[in-house]
Amino acid sequence: MRVMTQLAMVMNLDKCIGCHTCSVTCKQVWTNRAGTEYVWFNNVETRPGQGYPRRYEDQDRWKGGWETDRRGRLRLRAGGRFKKLATIFANPLMPNIRDYYEPWTYDYDTLFTAPEQEHTPVARPRSLISGRPMKVEWSANWDDDLAGDPSPDPVLQSVSEQVKLEFEKTFMFFLPRICEHCLNPSCVASCPSGALYKRSEDGIVLVDQDRCRGWRMCVTGCPYKKVYFNHRTGKAEKCTFCFPRVEVGIPTICAETCVGRLRYIGPVLYDADRVAGAAAVPDERDLVEAQKSVLLDPEDPAVQEAARESGVRDDWLEACRRSPVHKLIFEYGVALPLHPEYRTMPMVWYIPPLSPVVDALGRTGHDGEDAGNLFGAIDALRIPVDYLAGLFTAGDPAPVREVLRKLAAMRSHMREVNLGRVPDPAVSASVGMTPPLIESMYRLLAIAEYGDRY
Amino acid sequence: MGQALVRAGRFLRPGRVSPDLRTLFQVGGRDGDVYYRERWSHDKVVRSTHGVNCTGSCSWKVYVKDGVITWEAQETDYPDVGSDRPQYEPRGCPRGAAFSWYTYSPTRVRHPYARGALVEMYREARDRLGDPVAAWAEITADPERRRRYQSARGRGGLVRVSWDEATEIIAAAHVHTIKTYGPDRVAGFSPIPAMSMASHAVGSRFVSLIGGVMLSFYDWYADLPVASPQVFGDQTDVPESADWWDATYLLVWGSNVPVTRTPDAHYMAEARYRGQKVVVMSPDYSDAAKFADEWVAPLPGTDGALGMAMGHVILREFFADRTTPFFTDYVKRFTDLPFLVRLRPHAGGYVPGKFLTAADLGEEGGSAPFKTVLMDARTGEPVIPGGTLGFRYSAEGEGRWNLDLGGVDPLLTMRGPGAGTAEVLLPRFDEPAGRGGVLRRGVPVREVGGELVTTVFDILLAQYGVARPGLPGDWPKGYGDAAVPYTPAWQETVTGVPAAVAERVAREFAANAEESGGRSMIILGAGVNQWFHGDTMYRSFLALLLLTGCQGRNGGGWAHYVGQEKCRPLTGWTLLAGALDWSRPARQMTGTPYWYLHTGQWRYDTAPADLLGSPLGEGEFAGRTAADLIAQSARLGWMPSYPTFDRNPLDLADEAAAAGREAVPYVVDQVRSGRLRFACEDPDAPANWPRVLTLWRSNLLGSSAKGDEYFLRHLLGAGDSVGGGEAPPGRRPRDVRWRDEAPRGKLDLLLSLDFRMTSSTLFSDVVLPAATWYEKYDLSSTDMHPFVHAFNPAIDPPWQTRSDFDAFHAIARAFSDLAARHLGTRTDLVAAPLLHDTADELATPYGRVHDWRATGETPEPGRDFPRLTEVERDYGAIADRLAALGPLAEEKGAATKGVTYRLKDEVARLREAVGAVREGAAAGRPSLARDTHLCEAILAFSGSTNGRLARQGFTTLSKRTGTDLGGLAEERLITFADARDRPQAVITSPEWSGSEHAGRRYSPFTLNVERGKPWHTLTGRQHFYLDHDWMQEAGESLPVYRPPLDMRAMFDEAGDEEGGPGKGVSVRYLTPHSKWSIHSEYQDNLLMLSLSRGGPTIWMSPADAERAGIADNDWIEAVNRNGVVVARAIVSHRMPEGTVYMYHAQERVVDVPVSENSGRRGGIHNSLTRLLVKPTHLIGGYAQQCFAFNYLGPTGSQRDEITTIRRRSQEVRY
Repeated sequence: MRVMTQLAMVMNLDKCIGCHTCSVTCKQVWTNRAGTEYVWFNNVETRPGQGYPRRYEDQDRWKGGWETDRRGRLRLRAGGRFKKLATIFANPLMPNIRDYYEPWTYDYDTLFTAPEQEHTPVARPRSLISGRPMKVEWSANWDDDLAGDPSPDPVLQSVSEQVKLEFEKTFMFFLPRICEHCLNPSCVASCPSGALYKRSEDGIVLVDQDRCRGWRMCVTGCPYKKVYFNHRTGKAEKCTFCFPRVEVGIPTICAETCVGRLRYIGPVLYDADRVAGAAAVPDERDLVEAQKSVLLDPEDPAVQEAARESGVRDDWLEACRRSPVHKLIFEYGVALPLHPEYRTMPMVWYIPPLSPVVDALGRTGHDGEDAGNLFGAIDALRIPVDYLAGLFTAGDPAPVREVLRKLAAMRSHMREVNLGRVPDPAVSASVGMTPPLIESMYRLLAIAEYGDRY
Repeated sequence: MGQALVRAGRFLRPGRVSPDLRTLFQVGGRDGDVYYRERWSHDKVVRSTHGVNCTGSCSWKVYVKDGVITWEAQETDYPDVGSDRPQYEPRGCPRGAAFSWYTYSPTRVRHPYARGALVEMYREARDRLGDPVAAWAEITADPERRRRYQSARGRGGLVRVSWDEATEIIAAAHVHTIKTYGPDRVAGFSPIPAMSMASHAVGSRFVSLIGGVMLSFYDWYADLPVASPQVFGDQTDVPESADWWDATYLLVWGSNVPVTRTPDAHYMAEARYRGQKVVVMSPDYSDAAKFADEWVAPLPGTDGALGMAMGHVILREFFADRTTPFFTDYVKRFTDLPFLVRLRPHAGGYVPGKFLTAADLGEEGGSAPFKTVLMDARTGEPVIPGGTLGFRYSAEGEGRWNLDLGGVDPLLTMRGPGAGTAEVLLPRFDEPAGRGGVLRRGVPVREVGGELVTTVFDILLAQYGVARPGLPGDWPKGYGDAAVPYTPAWQETVTGVPAAVAERVAREFAANAEESGGRSMIILGAGVNQWFHGDTMYRSFLALLLLTGCQGRNGGGWAHYVGQEKCRPLTGWTLLAGALDWSRPARQMTGTPYWYLHTGQWRYDTAPADLLGSPLGEGEFAGRTAADLIAQSARLGWMPSYPTFDRNPLDLADEAAAAGREAVPYVVDQVRSGRLRFACEDPDAPANWPRVLTLWRSNLLGSSAKGDEYFLRHLLGAGDSVGGGEAPPGRRPRDVRWRDEAPRGKLDLLLSLDFRMTSSTLFSDVVLPAATWYEKYDLSSTDMHPFVHAFNPAIDPPWQTRSDFDAFHAIARAFSDLAARHLGTRTDLVAAPLLHDTADELATPYGRVHDWRATGETPEPGRDFPRLTEVERDYGAIADRLAALGPLAEEKGAATKGVTYRLKDEVARLREAVGAVREGAAAGRPSLARDTHLCEAILAFSGSTNGRLARQGFTTLSKRTGTDLGGLAEERLITFADARDRPQAVITSPEWSGSEHAGRRYSPFTLNVERGKPWHTLTGRQHFYLDHDWMQEAGESLPVYRPPLDMRAMFDEAGDEEGGPGKGVSVRYLTPHSKWSIHSEYQDNLLMLSLSRGGPTIWMSPADAERAGIADNDWIEAVNRNGVVVARAIVSHRMPEGTVYMYHAQERVVDVPVSENSGRRGGIHNSLTRLLVKPTHLIGGYAQQCFAFNYLGPTGSQRDEITTIRRRSQEVRY
């Protein structure tokens, strides 16, 4: 056992209001400069929707992440380093600027300088790439709030038999994304220059700006498309997990400024020796459990002992024990990884969105407030469970259903407490929890004190 | 080879490659990350906030490096709100996070600008004449030169000028206007003081000192829920968002909380985890619907029908079929339901008439008609309970203005032994055109003092169609009866919401209230409030809350969130912004009638005023138009009216003096005899035009200007795209003079202060470069949280920018210099309307309208005519007075909501804190010369921030109520230094209606419910019933369903376009608030544009798009009689068919091509809207239906509009 520490994040999608404050504060701090105009280390996607860059999840097209070869060994889906070198000057597996978007500005100056003329002065859009006037046709968030037709969404296409994009059946939720700071980062493995690295003290994946030669293989390698190319400096850049902040004990900018209060940051312990094996389990649907199995229980004396031997300091160990991320993944069991099938062992986890739930039941004529019905309703959710499974569990609906049932049970339990009734312990028991456990989960999810989130 | 490279590399640097070469580990301290460390480093962090018109009032950290603002992030140090609920951190939104972009952006106004054509003429005339005022007079008097610069408005040609020259032009325009036309021809518009109180107050103070007019915003924005003064006798008072947490059932009705209350939305998300059920009523699948347990999608504008049907269910199941003690107890004590109403014979039946009062029972005295009566269940005798308006101001009422009923048990219904029955006639408006029909329904009655009476409760059941055994009339046969209002099945035919859903939600809502003790809450917003009949919708929703005992509870009641920003230090702000420390009263005007008249929109309004009246009315409005009713409201002193008379009020005072008469009777005589007319009776006469308008903290022409194109045409004389025609003879006003030629270009000077280029600056004659919110001191508060906090400058104002504070002082100085010579000291005759929370509320017994113009009697100021006050104005001293606190502060104190605060000690303390002025016209007075002084004074003179004043206010109030209100306020003082340091929790004060004592979350009206303090209404209770003549005329005495206006029918227009080749589609046009802007602010911000679609867009359903041949992102044009919009289409299946959204305040500054329809630049969202005035909003002089600034006035509603959408040529031209 080789114990390492990893800073990880959980985002509770059930609370995300889709406001994009995280995107803006991140951009203002990190990427509002020449060469990175189109770059959003943090972005928020409306789902269903195409994402940014568009259809990045279509790995048949982009070949990001890992796959297993015939012998069951991991290999980069886009090919090994040799193939990378062979295609280094003409890489077809890289989104072009139009897949992200052509950044633009406006002729604001004319508002001041226009001479007396026929029409009211107006600032028209102008490309930041070519400098020419343009019609705006795509952006980092083009399909916000279901704008346009979401049907090219690759995840939606994977469950398309069941989903109709009709007014009455509308569903949507938001998916904020940063770099996954994977345990098994395909970007690092893709870099011919060795410029990408994973910090051993906290697992943050960084690009060494001195060493990067701008080959952009990391862009191809990352299935989440969270490594970007700065076309001014000619180097790759990516989310840094705000290391200058987290190093001094301040949460990442996206987390601290999250108005929905849905982000949790905490360290987890993992066994570095078991990463490769877990990432290579044959059945994609086993990947969630495999990924969880790599993470170690900080309360386990054997783990603690091994951690000390591996050089993990006591204060880190203590932080791992208090980690809200660990609690949400294990103690409450409500957080799931994004696209585990990419086999990168992503370290940004998500609580899938619950609502709306009673709606579906109301239409059946049942009392939506009744806890028993609530569980039954999960399969009739406005958001199809299969769609969530396509995001978080390689298509397996069971773990998603389990999380949603826990959230529903929590609401049912707490309503009883709130109205001064005696909660029925059968409700928590039905999702494998005790009343005290469900109430502590409620505190972390609902009260969500600053000190408990980070 | 690739593997080899890595393998080699592992020996060259201090990293560790995993054995399988999969990944590379490195330990800290690498050089390659230096870039990001440097990027993060900064020199200082300064606390500030955003003074945009939003309710966030979020505290932000502004980062500065090398003297340059780099970015911002939210503060997280709000005071604790309790360990059992989520905290307020980290309030903010993406708009606020993008603000610093403006600081150095290419749209930043860096220098003063002026219209080139004007500057050229001004310089020439000034050089020749040697006097700025003479130069201004000459240019504006010459039709040709005037036309020259007015017609250039909005067409470029701005040139840089110096601050000195700009302020000189501004001063000359003001002086000339005051001298020639009168100070009430000068106006200022700056909304929402709460968002930056000092910046607002300084300009408002300047305008008020010179006798100018401050224009209202809350009613003008259609954010004012007129139902609030009607029902509560209060402007608006709502729970803070942390109180949503206390609700166990939440209806979100016409409000998109995640978008418009972004910093607060988490409370909704989190309260669900506590078991709260959330039901969202929204015509589209909105961001809020994402959080709903149940999404209900009524057809746009029909929400009132759903509200009425829910009321039907609650009355049936919780009042008629069984008694619910929790509800019954509440409505008896806290609503007007048990009060007696006289029935009046009408066409074979009766109509509900006036409240029975003590005067009807024989009591003498002026207050007797304002003491309403109920019946005691124990004795069956009528009683006159305390707490009604008759006890509020009268001597005998002292100590009795409270809700304590003693042993009286109010009888809720007249049913029972000794009761008879009568059939009442009630109006219904559920036909599509909104025209009335009549319902005939029985009520139990008794005879009291020779009058046939029943209770409000009995009439309410009749109105809602809730039958009880033994009563005659036509009643619904059950919930399934779709033919008769207001059953669940009936509402389904109107709203499209399944009857079973309406029924179930109503039942759940009430059952939850009963079980939880009133913790059912309705968040309601612009989606319902901003309809022409938004007030009736609101009354149907409020009825649900009042019936279920939810109002005045933590976790219950209404939560109206539309532009409702709460200026918590209210008394201090009111005093200083109105310059009431120097002279009283200030001129304050309702915005909607002002713009309706002065932008010429009345000339296009062909709808007769009685079009929407009750079929049971008396014909009060017959033969008249809205303009006529505005004139009547003005002459009766109901609503303010500025300019007031067709003569300069300074000259009027002189004339009276010359005639050797007192000014007030002189003016009354002149008016009665017809020698002096109200200006609103001839708004197009040049003498009656507004001449100078200053905009700051506002973007009228890019945002709130409903009927934007009419503004351009008539107010400014600029180019416009108005499509419709003026009213033909026979459809014109009766009393208001029609001039055949409509004036174009009324304003001589449009001045704006801003830090960015907007539609308003582009049309302005002078543009002053303003400091941003990160460059000045100020104060901020909101009703969404209970804190006050500060703006602090992170940097000095860059380039030639100045804070509003410094700009207005510069203007005042330039003005005073010229005014000393040209104006000197004059007497101004100020007309002011009858005021709410004063004894003026007793001016109109029974709300019976008595028009002296019709009867030929002599009007009496303060009764059926505006109050007239002589005010001395020393025009040379304006700048000195602006910069110092005047003596009226300690001499007269300051009044808020009927409670007077004595300020003597506080003035002395302020003088110690900020020092006194040494010289000039205000020598010796406490200084207001710096923004920090003004902030300090606002805090010092308000109960919410000065506990000593709050205590004194409660003591004063206790005398009137006779109950103990002590112990609520802490004796704590919040200084400006405190507010700068960290957000400060405010103090419980009689300025507001809730208690925050001992860390309690704020919910309105808890003082009323818990301490028996009356509401500021006729009965002292919350009103279902309104008996003013005009309410009855409109058929709105009770909650009632009124459909959206049928614009096509009202304005005799051709039929809809229904698609097909080359055709457009006719659709409902709605303008909800956007994710990417706060009004027009941020809609031009590159970050927001990059995250959205980069310019004006209109959302539409796939079905509508298909019919008109429109694809996503196509260029389209929206056209109706008011104007033209060019935008790109967003086609989305979350939109309902038949309705499009153009999100609010997308203005013409960014990416708006030339329209192929009009040949002109496309308009703003409000280019397709227009003003229509609802007569009942003009009521004044009667109980709670009395004017106060931003408290009551016609709303500028804009939701009833329709438009045709067509695909246009995809080649666009700019």
